[in-house]
Amino acid sequence: MSESKPDLTVSIGSIKMKNPVTVASGTFGYGPEYAELVDLNRLGAITVKGICAEPHTGNPTPRTFETRSGMLNAIGLPGPGAAGFIEKYASFLSQYDLPVIVNVWGKTVAEYGRVVEMLSSESVVSGFEVNVSCPNVKEGGALYGTDLKAFSTVIEEVRKKTGKPVIPKLAPNVSNIAHFAKAAEDCGADAISIMNSYPAMAINIETRKPELANRTGGLSGPAIKPIAIKLVWEAAKAVKIPIIGMGGINCPEDALEFIIAGAAAVAVGTANFTDPSTAIRVIEGLEAYLARHGIASISDLSGTVC
Amino acid sequence: MIQETAQILDHHDQQDDYRVLQLSAPGIGPLVQPGQFIELLVPRLNDAVLRRPFSIYKADKQSVTILYKVIGKGTTAMQRLENGEQVDIIGPLGNGFPDNQKELTPVLIGGGYGAAALYLQGKALSQKGVVFFGGRSAVDILCVHEFEALGWEVRVSTEDGSRGYHGLVTESFDQWLTEVSSPPEQSPAIEVFACGPEGMLRAFGDRAKTGGFKAWLSMDRHMACGMGACLTCVIKKKETESSWQWARCCKEGPVFDSTEIVWDE
Repeated sequence: MSESKPDLTVSIGSIKMKNPVTVASGTFGYGPEYAELVDLNRLGAITVKGICAEPHTGNPTPRTFETRSGMLNAIGLPGPGAAGFIEKYASFLSQYDLPVIVNVWGKTVAEYGRVVEMLSSESVVSGFEVNVSCPNVKEGGALYGTDLKAFSTVIEEVRKKTGKPVIPKLAPNVSNIAHFAKAAEDCGADAISIMNSYPAMAINIETRKPELANRTGGLSGPAIKPIAIKLVWEAAKAVKIPIIGMGGINCPEDALEFIIAGAAAVAVGTANFTDPSTAIRVIEGLEAYLARHGIASISDLSGTVC
Repeated sequence: MIQETAQILDHHDQQDDYRVLQLSAPGIGPLVQPGQFIELLVPRLNDAVLRRPFSIYKADKQSVTILYKVIGKGTTAMQRLENGEQVDIIGPLGNGFPDNQKELTPVLIGGGYGAAALYLQGKALSQKGVVFFGGRSAVDILCVHEFEALGWEVRVSTEDGSRGYHGLVTESFDQWLTEVSSPPEQSPAIEVFACGPEGMLRAFGDRAKTGGFKAWLSMDRHMACGMGACLTCVIKKKETESSWQWARCCKEGPVFDSTEIVWDE
């Protein structure tokens, strides 16, 4: 009997991914940084670093700090702005057979609308991940991620500005993730990313100063995976739109846990720093798992917690 | 830039807390330029998510060698690595030292294990000049015989006076510069290449500015990815006289022209 290859394809709105693996925004630059080491054509999609309408300088240094099984970051979303992103990276990214999800953010509701409006007509852009949950920018960011009304206002505004997939990236530090997931769905979002880094802090006991110049940051890496798994599991029960699960994925087994919890796709984040080939190993491992268990399609596995 | 599983060919104590690690790296070795670095994934450091960056000390067609000091949990874990074990490395990374300007005398300045990052430059430059090595104590002075063997004049200074000039490397350099400058009011015909603690680099940046000579500084910053993606290791780089932009130590650097660096107050 000839075995057919397992089907790894997933759809996130109109984005057709050849496999369910993307990279988490902020951990993979805009593509060229890793292109010498990773065959970008193999990724299901790339999610580029957060972009706002205008260029932004980000936070002072130190910006990251390694903790046990994780790291803190308070990079503060430096970036070239919408026009700069297109000028610098559009032709590079267009060379690849690779959906490009652009992570966008703003300091006001209008700014969220503006960056999406500026980028929506660009052919290189496949969809938008809406960053309403960055713990490291003073304005916007965290507020839009933790206040249900403010959150809905941003998603509605972005929805009005584009026909391309809109993917809010939820904050983990909310009392009920299902409410935010449902609000996203009600506002016309095509999918949801869960989760952003968790607000966190580390202090140097000799100097008694915070380890980050921004004082607090976001925790990422294996330390947060169980938190993310629970959030994906809870959100998946509340909505029909697909979930992109992320938080501490290091290996195929981690990704499978997210998918079983209810994610349709996954993103590899901090592990790109540990080993740039992680996403490729995850893709290969997912395929091997499906074959081993006689599961025809990755979507058959999604949301199958017993 | 290559990711390579490298076998440990040699790992030995240099002196005090300093150790030398030679790795089989037929992919990375031949590509190395002076002043570049590798990112090493430390085995058995299971709760760490980040690689560790190390300046490349030596490189040939088959291998790369680093000289490191045991200072944190990563380097402490590295101490136990044995010959034959494998480690995952990425390199060569960053923008290293340029070739020297032929009409100028090259001067290398190494603070502590910064000396290791200068060895390939010392080897590559066809013209050999003067090397200044500074450290807290005699045990922090590395590579002296190797630079002498390459044909460089080596001048050592220690803060505790246990070897060479008693004082800072900057003082030793200043003294030498007064001796060789003639006439003293003219800009000295030297070009500096330096690696070491930030205070030392800044002091040479200041001297380059006031003395009117060129200085290339290898900057050390805490890094996460090492390949330009995470934007952790940024420094302020002059754009115009009144403005600056972030530059990544791992990508645009680690070596910068001293006049480009905007030092923090």
